[in-house]
Amino acid sequence: MTTTTALDWVTVCPVDRLDPDRGVAALVDGVQVAIFRTTDGLYAIDNRDPVSGAYVLSRGIVGSRGEVPTVASPLHKQVYDLRTGDCLDLPGVSVARHQIRCHDGMVEVRLRQEG
Amino acid sequence: MTGGNVVVIGNGMVGQRFVDALRARDPQQRWRVTVLAEESRPAYDRVRLSAYFDGADEEDLNLHTPHDGVRLRLGEAATGVDRSRRVVTTTSGEYPYDVLVFATGSYPFVPPVPGTDLSGVFVYRTLDDLAAIRRYAKDRRTGAVIGGGLLGLEAANALRLLGLTTSVVEFAPRLMPVQVDTAGGAMLRRYVEELDVTCHLGVATTALRPGADGAVATLELADGALIEADLVVVAAGIRPRDELARAAGLDIGPRGGVLVDDACRTSDERIYAVGECAAVDGTCYGLVAPGYAMAEVVADRLVGGAATFPGADTATKLKLLGVDVASFGDAHGTTPGCLDVTWTDPACRVYAKLVLSDDASTLLGGVLVGDASAYPTLRASVGGPLPAAPLALLAGDDAVGASAGALPATAQVCSCNAVTRADIDSAIADGCADVPALKACTRAGTSCGSCVPMLKQLLDAAGVVQSKALCEHFDVSRQELFDIVRVRGIKTFSRLISEHGRGRGCDICKPVVASILASLGNGHILDGEQASLQDTNDHFLANLQRDGSYSVVPRIPGGEITPEKLIVIGEVARDFNLYTKITGGQRIDLFGARVDQLPQIWRRLVDAGFESGHAYGKALRTVKSCVGSTWCRYGVQDSVGLAVALELRYRGLRAPHKIKSAVSGCARECAEARSKDFGVIATETGWNLYVGGNGGFRPRHADLFATDLSTEALITLIDRFLMYYIRTADRLQRTAAWIEAMDGGLDHLRSVIVDDSLGLCAELDAAMARHVASYSDEWRDVLADADRLRRFTSFVNAPDVPDPSITFVTERGQPVPVGGQQATPGRQPVTLGQPVALGLPEVRR
Repeated sequence: MTTTTALDWVTVCPVDRLDPDRGVAALVDGVQVAIFRTTDGLYAIDNRDPVSGAYVLSRGIVGSRGEVPTVASPLHKQVYDLRTGDCLDLPGVSVARHQIRCHDGMVEVRLRQEG
Repeated sequence: MTGGNVVVIGNGMVGQRFVDALRARDPQQRWRVTVLAEESRPAYDRVRLSAYFDGADEEDLNLHTPHDGVRLRLGEAATGVDRSRRVVTTTSGEYPYDVLVFATGSYPFVPPVPGTDLSGVFVYRTLDDLAAIRRYAKDRRTGAVIGGGLLGLEAANALRLLGLTTSVVEFAPRLMPVQVDTAGGAMLRRYVEELDVTCHLGVATTALRPGADGAVATLELADGALIEADLVVVAAGIRPRDELARAAGLDIGPRGGVLVDDACRTSDERIYAVGECAAVDGTCYGLVAPGYAMAEVVADRLVGGAATFPGADTATKLKLLGVDVASFGDAHGTTPGCLDVTWTDPACRVYAKLVLSDDASTLLGGVLVGDASAYPTLRASVGGPLPAAPLALLAGDDAVGASAGALPATAQVCSCNAVTRADIDSAIADGCADVPALKACTRAGTSCGSCVPMLKQLLDAAGVVQSKALCEHFDVSRQELFDIVRVRGIKTFSRLISEHGRGRGCDICKPVVASILASLGNGHILDGEQASLQDTNDHFLANLQRDGSYSVVPRIPGGEITPEKLIVIGEVARDFNLYTKITGGQRIDLFGARVDQLPQIWRRLVDAGFESGHAYGKALRTVKSCVGSTWCRYGVQDSVGLAVALELRYRGLRAPHKIKSAVSGCARECAEARSKDFGVIATETGWNLYVGGNGGFRPRHADLFATDLSTEALITLIDRFLMYYIRTADRLQRTAAWIEAMDGGLDHLRSVIVDDSLGLCAELDAAMARHVASYSDEWRDVLADADRLRRFTSFVNAPDVPDPSITFVTERGQPVPVGGQQATPGRQPVTLGQPVALGLPEVRR
């Protein structure tokens, strides 16, 4: 059985600290989260690249595949769906996604820990 | 018999091809091969012999591939064949054979005219001949060539290049009488005379007369004319070298040559003959393609095959004195009732003739002078229906290109390697989807390359879509995108994609556009929207490593560095706990830096006078150098000084892929310049420029592009080479692949950047001038700008916290990533134990 534990919202930074179509890494409750701002809105996924184990997804190039907003791992270029965390190139591979919102001009993240 | 001793007499192009072909078919080496070579050097490309005068050396022309189980005896001419004992005698020994192959080639025919034995009279056959001509030409003024055929015109061009005022004497009433007709010959003559080569046609040479010094000085012609000539080349045709075969009692053809059947077998079943010395059913062929075909036939026979000589394609296409000339099929219209369609354009100086069957339905042959672009399609269409209306064909309409698809299955697409349309089609059916795949699979297009355009057309005809689209966001190629950005003055990705693409972009198109914007000079790569386009390496101006840390490479131009700067690098590495390694490009790489450390590291480096080395960019990397004439006993030019100057000129230049270079101070080539995108090798009088080399996955030596250049001329050529590459190459295409994919290859490149055939040179020069004037060190500019600096934090909400995922252990006294040597299957230990007895796996070739 899978349970999802929702933690508290954590304020990360002012939203204008995020460059459009570029990621940053944040430390949220000790977890490395990759945060992206695109024209559609904000996305948050794990910073850890599941293929290499390195914490680098926030440094990937943001774009789209069809209608899907994406980020490509900077190490070996696998592409992930920013909305779901699913890898579009490797079936069965995915990264955790987290909740993110903009509140009073501040970016807030709430971890979703699945386990 | 499918094994034993095979002795090959002759190591010319065809002899070598036979050995290659046999080795390919006989992997168990049942045949032991001995090659007896009269010349002191192994097989070289005699077809390209004249390239020697363009600066090509022995190595450039070398065709010899060493094989296991093949013994090559250089400088050991065969002197006799004893068929009863089955032994070949040479100048120094005896070689028993089970099978003997004559590949003795031809000798130049020297007409029986008084004076051909004078000093200053040469033939044009071997590298030694050409070396002797070059030596003799020094300080001489005039030259003459007896013979206006293919070889004669090549020789005339050589004399021209050696600075001699040159005349050609041809007994026939036109130049290249074998290949072209009267009108074609007239057009050819116009081109040749424009190069100040005087033509005396339809007249015989009656004598060569000496001057006061006893060397040749004058040619006497049958019409009474006297031609001054300090140097004379006799290029009046070739004759098969059949003297050994004659002496051994083998049957000889009616006009000479070792008589063979269609299996290339002589009147002795243990003896074969291939190439120019062989008379297949009585006919000798002075071209390399039929010789290659014979070599393949004999190799096949020796392994039990039943191949027969398929008949010769005597079609010829060449560039003589810069003029395209082609001739194919029944070029002279000797078929009864045949029809000629001719096209003469005096303005464009193009002549073309097609010979058609009496009902105009079948192409029989043709002649092209001035423009031979229709040659591949036409040659392959001989014997079949015309692929388009005759005038459209001759006028070189683009529509004709598509018509390669109309070729019959039996049409030979690549005559150098005997590849038919059917071979190409079946390779495409097996999954070859582009030209490189077809080349690898069929060998088509790997020799002279003239059929490469047809390979593309056949892919089109098979419905293989060779998409130029960069990615799903742009339907155009990188080159087209570059032109759009340049011509329309587009400065941002968002404008470009909204006007010329779709979607949001991706990790393919964004870095391409970032590179194009940088190549065109659009300010710092981290400013404004450009920052979001950069790959992580460019975004942090450092090289991402497997653990998420980065490496730092300061520029060390030419590999020259002061002790003080070396100490600074050592101190920085020590203070930031960085792993240090000397790179292949003569600089120092510092590994294990976190993004938040990069500005601190670079502050120290910039303060000490270092600047970005662009190791992270698709840009000029390094210009390596040997120590050159400053220190080296052998150096003839200052290679370090030039390397430093080149590296400083082109630093920061962004390109479709990385660019590497090197400068060697003498021909010993210690800087390995020929493995670089552009390499420079010093000569006694200047610099030789090589282009299109690389190491990497598919190593390739650079090709000689120009010789004995002054430093100014060298810089001009490199400027244009780089800028033309930046404008026209595909994404991630190194210069080697770029040149290989170019229609016309190196010749085309030369015409664009030397002869300015596209009128581009002024633009290219100006673009490079802009680059040089606007260069600024990227790292210094980052350190001076708070907005650029703010991205160098590990965590946006915890700028002071280092990334806890980056940790190190110590290996050989230096920090390396934890878990760096993960146990993956196949990874080998590198600590050496005791030697063990080897059961080596078979080496695949």
